[in-house]
Amino acid sequence: MKTIADLLAEHRFFQGMDQESLDFVAGCGENVHFAQGERILTEGDPANTFYLLRSGRVALGFFVPERGTVVIDTLDEGEVLGWSWLFEPYRWQFDAEATEEVSAVAFDGVCLRTKCDSDPRLGYPLVQRFAQVMLERLQSVRMRMLDVYGAGSPR
Amino acid sequence: MSMALALPADVRVPDAMVPVPYRVISRARETADTFTLSLEPAAEPIASPLAGQFNMLYAYGVGEVPISISAIDTGHRLRHTIRAVGAATRKLCDTQVGGLVGVRGPFGNDWGVESAEGSDVLVIAGGIGLAPLRPVVHELLRNRRSYRRVTVLVGARSPEEIVFLGEVASWQASDRITVRTTVDVASGGWKGEVGVVPKLIDRVTIDPEFTTVMICGPEIMLRFTAAEILSRGVAAERVRVSMERNMQCGIGRCGHCQLGPVLICTHGPVFPWSRVGPLLARREL
Repeated sequence: MKTIADLLAEHRFFQGMDQESLDFVAGCGENVHFAQGERILTEGDPANTFYLLRSGRVALGFFVPERGTVVIDTLDEGEVLGWSWLFEPYRWQFDAEATEEVSAVAFDGVCLRTKCDSDPRLGYPLVQRFAQVMLERLQSVRMRMLDVYGAGSPR
Repeated sequence: MSMALALPADVRVPDAMVPVPYRVISRARETADTFTLSLEPAAEPIASPLAGQFNMLYAYGVGEVPISISAIDTGHRLRHTIRAVGAATRKLCDTQVGGLVGVRGPFGNDWGVESAEGSDVLVIAGGIGLAPLRPVVHELLRNRRSYRRVTVLVGARSPEEIVFLGEVASWQASDRITVRTTVDVASGGWKGEVGVVPKLIDRVTIDPEFTTVMICGPEIMLRFTAAEILSRGVAAERVRVSMERNMQCGIGRCGHCQLGPVLICTHGPVFPWSRVGPLLARREL
């Protein structure tokens, strides 16, 4: 059975990170499971964790009065859930729910950000990786803002 | 401006420009603004179309629009899926069973599905772009053993706006092909994915040297999607896209659908990305 350190070493998110940093991050992680329909994050709650999804699907959304939950993104196997643990005010900005049974590695964000503050050899590469994820998601949102399907191609 | 293009040998101009009356024999609502019409000839039929070709559909007294074939039927029956976005398409969508529409065509080239035999096939559709690709999926399913891995990616604005939703679900339920759907935004009940189509590409297996890609959707989606495909190592020659411009005559005479050196109606509408990708990056065209 693979250890968390093995999983991290194989994962593209952590690719290129030195072994010492990987070992430290792995030491902050534990395997977790969520049943279908289970809430993983709740908007406004303290953000002290992030997740590396090993299997299953997570829906990110808001609750909108009179519309119910509006899903604005889904994350699948191999993706990273949660970056609010890294930035003040350390509160979740969205709800996250398992739409299928989910297996993940949960990382202790408090432990990690304390270490990141004191050790830029871990902090900088980790923030770089989260910045890449944020960039990809920002680009995805910008593409959706174009509302390409709404323009009305008649063919 | 004269385009000085030779007409295909089997096209006679007077015939190509005269709509043949077809009768609507069924009308099915696909989404709130999209309908599929099945048509049978009320006069001498047009030639049988191929997957990827389009017909000019005439809403009598209103206007004419290019509409792709959304299924290949037996005999002379035609099937077109139309989104009501303007006067002519609204009129076509409103045509009831028994009503008449004019048909000219078939025009343009086809997807060349058979040329992908022996390779993986990745079909990517955005919005109503699934309509011209639907006969491709039908052919891949009909002749499944001739192809390796077959993957279909479908994007739409919302779950309610996925065309052929029931059929897509049946493809998904079968284990013969891999199907993934994504929407821009969804309510809590949606179990599929939310996000843009290029994100799905990241989640499928691609063997770059042995994959043929066929894409249809809004032009901006073609660009983002092709860029993602190329980043996975697939050569631009292996990526085929179906283009939409202002097709009017359908036979390369009027020039309205000109895109730089190509006319979409006669050189296309299906092009290798290596040919049209650079043209789409030029703002002057």
